[in-house]
Amino acid sequence: MIEVRNLYKQFNHHSVLADVSFRIENGESVAIIGRSGSGKSVLLKHLIGLLQPDAGEVLIDGESIVAMDERRLLGVRRKFGMVFQGGALFDSMTVAENVAFGLRRHEHLTEAEIARRVAGVLEVVDLPGTESKKPAELSGGMRKRAGLARAIVYEPQIVLYDEPTTGLDPIVSDSIDQLMVRVRDRYQVTTVVVTHDMRTARRVGQRVLMLHDRRIYASGAPEEIFESSDPVVRQFVDGVADAKEMLI
Amino acid sequence: MLNPLANQRVRTALIELGQIAILAKEVSASVLRWRVAWRDLVYQIFFIGIKSQSVVLITGAFTGMVLGAQTYFQFHKVKMDTATLAVVGVSMCSELGPVLTALMVAGRVGAAIAAELGTMRVTEQIDALRALATHPVDYLVVPRLLAAHVALPVLTLEAIMVGILASYVVGVTVLGIEPTYLWDNMLKYTHQVDVVIGLVKAFIYGGIIALIGCYRGLTCGLGAEGVGRATTEAAVNASITILIANFFLTLVMGKLVGLL
Repeated sequence: MIEVRNLYKQFNHHSVLADVSFRIENGESVAIIGRSGSGKSVLLKHLIGLLQPDAGEVLIDGESIVAMDERRLLGVRRKFGMVFQGGALFDSMTVAENVAFGLRRHEHLTEAEIARRVAGVLEVVDLPGTESKKPAELSGGMRKRAGLARAIVYEPQIVLYDEPTTGLDPIVSDSIDQLMVRVRDRYQVTTVVVTHDMRTARRVGQRVLMLHDRRIYASGAPEEIFESSDPVVRQFVDGVADAKEMLI
Repeated sequence: MLNPLANQRVRTALIELGQIAILAKEVSASVLRWRVAWRDLVYQIFFIGIKSQSVVLITGAFTGMVLGAQTYFQFHKVKMDTATLAVVGVSMCSELGPVLTALMVAGRVGAAIAAELGTMRVTEQIDALRALATHPVDYLVVPRLLAAHVALPVLTLEAIMVGILASYVVGVTVLGIEPTYLWDNMLKYTHQVDVVIGLVKAFIYGGIIALIGCYRGLTCGLGAEGVGRATTEAAVNASITILIANFFLTLVMGKLVGLL
């Protein structure tokens, strides 16, 4: 269970998050939407302790990770898998070495067992046979899939996705959406997706949180959000640059 | 009273010094817990030690030759030609060998470490490491620091030997100095303690290069500009720190040797 209480964060005196509070239950799938630069990725990084808030609490299974020593945080992070916006694959390693990284560091497995697990998870993300490729040889979509394979290979309880479909064409985006749903259902993981892609939010999220003006502006089931008559929500969902155009 | 700009610079410098001290403490804790990634340690020894051979050997050889020639030109005036290699030996062992080796490695390795870690930072690879429950200090800093501590003394020893030999060859073949006395005087006035001082300095400079390179990389600004600046600062900061540290180490070790 993830709980955020009254979270505040600013960078160089510029406030990014103010009084953000929400709760995500185990096994729930939540999409956090909002405009570019609204602080979605910053919020996501707080959930795994990659950023520390200026004030407020982040609780993982009831344990506060705020101001927790980095070495103690490592233990908490083993509950998480995170898929980064650009994949964040280690470019000096092959795909197999990237995917096996967490297994090699934290689990005592034989090389044969590691190879079996890596091949299995690459099959799940539709990347079979890419073990020996370097990240530079992969397309954007393949890199995100490889990043997802690395995040789920050790079967975490929670998977965080940072803009998983940004920069991908609609067909590849669709396949990534399907993959996230498949991973959610197959591994029964808690899923948190940060996105400004409405289709991704609708497909993957069982609940949608909208971040606007530094706080959670709206929260509800996807149908409620996408059918909302609130002008701010409407403007974002419809993708209208000028709110006045909506009146025309 | 300092003007605001100078005040800000002093403040920044003190903050950075504190952060490097915290990084050094983290590294010590990691080494004591023996969380060393052996495969990476071996690769880093290869990268820092083996790949720096040519630059260090060329530096050592030409420094030895120039020092030998200059010393000869002065000593020849007072008929002390055969003392030339003794001066070269002492200088190379305790000062020029460790300092010039460290400066060359700071330019090559310190900058490369900052660029690699900086690129990892701006492409979120450091965050990915942390998300994979791996401490960046354990995985990135410790292998580089230990490798630099191992490689620098070996490289320095090579630079010293090549420098003295190159100076001997130039002295005998080009300057026409009598070889037996030249070599004998070098052995007479160059003591084991000079070599030990040089190696202790090299060990310390290895730590300075790796620690500053890692610090600059891990804290670099965003984008290509940030990585570029971190790379330059790593090389410049490490070089200046080495030169300042050399002065104090020379004083301290000179006093210690005097007490023995």
